[in-house]
Amino acid sequence: MIRFTDLTVRYGQAVALDAISGSVADGEWLGVIGPNGAGKTSLLNALARLLSFEGNVEVCGRPAAKLGRRDLARLIAYVPQRPVLPPDMTVSEYVLLGRTAHIGYLRVESPGDRRACAAILDRLDLTSMADRRLRAMSGGELARLVLARALAQEAPVLLLDEPTSALDLGRRMDALELIDEIRNERGLTVLSAIHDLTLAGQFADRLMLLAEGRIAATGPAAAVLDGALLAGHFGAGIQVLTTDTGDLAVISRRLGRAAD
Amino acid sequence: MLATVVLLVSVVVGVAVGPAGLSPEQVVAAVIDRLPGHPHLAVSALNSAIVWQLRLPRVVLGLLVGSMLAGGGAAYQGIFRNPLADPYLLGVAAGGGLGATIVVISGGSQALLPPAAFAGAAGAVALTYVLGTSGRGGESLGRSNTLGRNGTGSILLAGVAIAAMLTAFQTYLQQQHTQTLSVVYSWILGGLSAATWSQIWLVLPYIVVAAIVLLAHRRLLDVLRVGETEAASLGVDVARVRLTVVIAATLGVSAAVAVSGLIGFVGIIVPHAIRLTVGPSYRVLLPVSMIGGAAFLVLADVAARTAQAPAEVPIGVITAVAGAPFFLFVLRSRRAQQDLS
Repeated sequence: MIRFTDLTVRYGQAVALDAISGSVADGEWLGVIGPNGAGKTSLLNALARLLSFEGNVEVCGRPAAKLGRRDLARLIAYVPQRPVLPPDMTVSEYVLLGRTAHIGYLRVESPGDRRACAAILDRLDLTSMADRRLRAMSGGELARLVLARALAQEAPVLLLDEPTSALDLGRRMDALELIDEIRNERGLTVLSAIHDLTLAGQFADRLMLLAEGRIAATGPAAAVLDGALLAGHFGAGIQVLTTDTGDLAVISRRLGRAAD
Repeated sequence: MLATVVLLVSVVVGVAVGPAGLSPEQVVAAVIDRLPGHPHLAVSALNSAIVWQLRLPRVVLGLLVGSMLAGGGAAYQGIFRNPLADPYLLGVAAGGGLGATIVVISGGSQALLPPAAFAGAAGAVALTYVLGTSGRGGESLGRSNTLGRNGTGSILLAGVAIAAMLTAFQTYLQQQHTQTLSVVYSWILGGLSAATWSQIWLVLPYIVVAAIVLLAHRRLLDVLRVGETEAASLGVDVARVRLTVVIAATLGVSAAVAVSGLIGFVGIIVPHAIRLTVGPSYRVLLPVSMIGGAAFLVLADVAARTAQAPAEVPIGVITAVAGAPFFLFVLRSRRAQQDLS
């Protein structure tokens, strides 16, 4: 589980996150939504201690500030929005990077590390591409690959920054279904920033709506995906529909066109 | 494997070729004659001296300096994620040049040259690193609150500034003492002509330790290929790795500069040619660059002392004149290969 208290992030004078507090329980998936600049990426970066912040972060009961990089990486795996993908690296080399926190400072990987990577490649159907270079991979394959690297860290907490933003509609569903399956298999705690409000509501157990660095609402999708609430923060015409499967579909409406 | 063969060939050529015109048999006999438990061979004292006091020290020093320059260049290209990084980047050249110039113009003995050049080179990098990582120097490089706040960008810029300043001092001093111009100039061009066993023993520990430390970081250099932020999220203490690699490379390269002057081009051409051949993984790139740099410098030195024998061409001229076309050739053939694939 992960808990943050009075978390404040500043960029010079600008305040990106303003003393927010919250937590994600073991095995829970928290979807962080909000307009651009709301502080979603800042929250993820602060939790992974990739920028400086005020306030406290606790991961699995341990204060993050006191953990070394290696110990933190064994507890938190982080998938950035736009990962750096060296085009000449092979799939298996890339996944092996995820084992860094399990390999001694100046050591090389053990057979155990290789076995762990092979198992993950197998689980994500990437084994046949193990020797392929990253430049030869499609967007959907790369999304799975980046997830594979994060899973190789074997950390109980998974932070995902817009894991599906580069994918088409079908691949988005595939990627999120896969994340959900693996979360259930491994009991992972997932915290993801996600732009697509419909997908956020379908997959996350709970949503946190950020706006201007503060928490505007938090709770189950039914409570947070409210047309008026969202329209107030996104500044657009937004309608929330209920589909025949009971999912909430969030669609934008062109202003000035009255409904018939 | 191929690199090791090239290295052995270069050593043999380096020992066998020279203005004295010894036959291969004479060279082999001279080498064997000094080994423990050797068969008795009729070797003249002159031949033995040529091989053991002139050629072997040059070859061994060439191996050490070449491997250090190429290994240091490859490590810097990895740590700074910048293909233009070379081992002189952070002020080693300017600092070493200033140290050597001060000794020459103040009439100090030749024996003072290496320590002064070493101190100047290492001091310049220390200054660069302190100025480049302290204070708020990186803020103009992007959003202020990121991991790379004191990152590589500000270190590189500090290196440029320090190098410019020290080079200006050096130029000024040289301008004030034009009678020593040629001595300073020939030091700056670099070379192995003054190689002796005592110099080798002097720099050996630095270069060996530096090479071991750099090689030990080869896997971490691969992790850094995904950038400093992601490397940190994977569990790498980026600042510590960078500092360790810079210290090791600085000590090794400063030691190389101290005894061979400023031999240009090796540190940038060799790692790139190797990268284009064996791929970008530092696990292979780093050791092969060291071997390749050693072989390249020994062969360049052979060319330097035979092209206009008995006069010597400055080795820096050879490394550039021979290295650049070779590098362009590798670059073009690699491009052609990629276009086909």
